[in-house]
Amino acid sequence: MTTTVSERVPTGPASDALLSVQDLHIRFSTEDGPVHAVNGVSFDLAAGEILALVGESGCGKSVTAMSVPGLLSPNATVDGRILLQGRDLLGLSAKELRAVRGKEISFVFQEPMSSLNPAFTVGKQIREVLQRHEGLSKKAAHERAVDLLRLVRIPAPERRVDEYPHQMSGGMRQRVMIAIAVACGPKVLVADEPTTALDVTIQAGVLDILRGLRDELGTAIILITHDLGVVADLADRVVVMYAGRPVEQAEVHELFAHPQHPYTNGLLGAVPHREKGVELVAGRRLREIPGLVPSLRSDPDECVFAPRCPRSTEVCVSRRPPLEPTRPHHPAACFHPGEDE
Amino acid sequence: MASYLLRRVGTSALVLLLASIVVFVGVRALPGDAALALAGEERDPAALEQIREKYGLNDPVPVQYVRYLGNSLQGDLGFSTRTGLDVTDIILERLPVTLELALLSLAVGLLIGIPAGILAALRRGSWVDNASNAFGLLGLSIPNFWLGLVLILLVSVQWGLLPASGYVPFLEDPLGNLQRMLLPAIVLGTGLSAVLMRQMRSAMLETMSADYVRTARSKGLSERSVVLVHALRNSLVTVVTVLGLQLGALISGAVITEQIFVIPGFGKLIVDGVFTRDYPVIQGVALVTVFGYVFVNLLVDLTYSFLNPRIRVSGGAS
Ligand SMILES: Nc1ncnc2c1ncn2[C@@H]1O[C@H](COP(=O)(O)OP(=O)(O)OP(=O)(O)O)[C@@H](O)[C@H]1O
Ligand SMILES: [Mg+2]
Repeated sequence: MTTTVSERVPTGPASDALLSVQDLHIRFSTEDGPVHAVNGVSFDLAAGEILALVGESGCGKSVTAMSVPGLLSPNATVDGRILLQGRDLLGLSAKELRAVRGKEISFVFQEPMSSLNPAFTVGKQIREVLQRHEGLSKKAAHERAVDLLRLVRIPAPERRVDEYPHQMSGGMRQRVMIAIAVACGPKVLVADEPTTALDVTIQAGVLDILRGLRDELGTAIILITHDLGVVADLADRVVVMYAGRPVEQAEVHELFAHPQHPYTNGLLGAVPHREKGVELVAGRRLREIPGLVPSLRSDPDECVFAPRCPRSTEVCVSRRPPLEPTRPHHPAACFHPGEDE
Repeated sequence: MASYLLRRVGTSALVLLLASIVVFVGVRALPGDAALALAGEERDPAALEQIREKYGLNDPVPVQYVRYLGNSLQGDLGFSTRTGLDVTDIILERLPVTLELALLSLAVGLLIGIPAGILAALRRGSWVDNASNAFGLLGLSIPNFWLGLVLILLVSVQWGLLPASGYVPFLEDPLGNLQRMLLPAIVLGTGLSAVLMRQMRSAMLETMSADYVRTARSKGLSERSVVLVHALRNSLVTVVTVLGLQLGALISGAVITEQIFVIPGFGKLIVDGVFTRDYPVIQGVALVTVFGYVFVNLLVDLTYSFLNPRIRVSGGAS
């Protein structure tokens, strides 16, 4: 049999990206009109890579991530392309998408306290995903569940597996969530602020687990965080978002050493030893930048950061700055890029 | 779990004791003289005095109460002052009738209310939702007696489909029994299903937007198991509580419904008892009713703790 042109060819860019998000737009229709939550976000994620999504609260990090396995509420409209190994997830049927969720892409949500079902033991909640995707028997799934709890370093997993979420601390629940997420060996793990709701003392442990997953299983991770210390510690590459738009993207050392966008400069402004990049204090939050985040009612043809920007000029409000490299492999959406003095 | 159970049984016993006092005092507060009712045509003061003496009506009320409590605990509820029959026997004869009616009504209520509530929540804003809401409002506002009469007129008189009234024991004629019990069960079950529907709908709306339902979706589970396993289980926790409270309404509804359909159950027994001032019967029926109510609520609580591990399994985060 000969290969015909109709045979499916990858439609993504000529890259080895495992996941490629291209020109993503997310709009919510609400009673008060549309909300333009995400406008033109693109990024690639390679196997085994940890990509950080950073930005202020409400800039669209969670909705960007949730759109990947199709977990947004029904009032959302998603445009663009989300290619997983060349296959566009936006074109999949509900059934095909369900086969991807939990198996190829899995999610650790922002809220560890409420993300587990209070009515079932954690064992059942881990077994469920194994039985769904791996076709394991209940007994085999149970054994795997104990192993997974051990993997995420829960003490006495044989006993803990039969406990209910309310019997566990927040840190432990988050680790159970991670156990569920990695149960079927996903290619992509999305971790939405996995440590924000946790006690500082247990944050490091959870981050270690994520790093271990990447190192040992080669899982690619999209890491959403407010914490620049976590970014420096864990991420390979960073996408900075502002009001639903990507404003800068670079490899982590490059970004910390040479921030181009004034917004990124502002975020990093209060961070000491910037030139050394990684020597950040863990737990450091994004710096507060004066001014208000614009509403997401529209997607105007101008720089959305201009009203808060110390460098803004006429050109900034005349058209939208394109996201183009201002240094090698380092795009920024700004007409006046560069580091702060 | 064991200590929880013990605690619940203990409070139930306490409730029963209090209820028996209320029943006893309440009956005595009814207007009219029991001795007069007992005497029938007799108006002779000496005869009345003799009756009072015989039934212990001259003793102080606390003494009467303790005697009554002691007898009740031994299953002796006294004799009907009207018919002279053993109250325990009468109750044992009538109880199954009302229990059957209650169970059938419960079945009607659950079979309509639960699925309708789930569907209304899943298809929020659709015609199913609107129809369910309209049904819920109607079901709550239509009085039992009216619905009963309309059903009798339409189904029995107009269309001749089912008998309008009467009762045959299930063991004697199962089909005939069900034919006669169906309409009363629908009458009683409609209000219940309306309440359950509304409760189920709002509980489902809440749980469907819960974080753990999103987690269930993120695992790639089918929509069926997302709804019927993850959301429903938690919705039932609130619905079961409401169900327990509604059973009281079911019992009082049974009083009226049994009158309309001429069913010789508990409701009819108590109404007849009140009209003839048959103290032992009223007391007995009230006591057994309270007992049933407390017992059912105990069951509801146990179901609740089964559905909600936070009650069943103690032990905080460690
Ligand atoms: N279901 C929805 N309907 C309408 N608007 C929504 C919905 N979900 C999110 N949004 C809006 O989309 C925007 C982005 O939200 P998102 O949750 O992605 O923010 P975030 O960057 O994750 O913030 P945080 O750091 O606080 O988690 C917000 O303005 C939010 O109000
Ligand atoms: Mg978020």
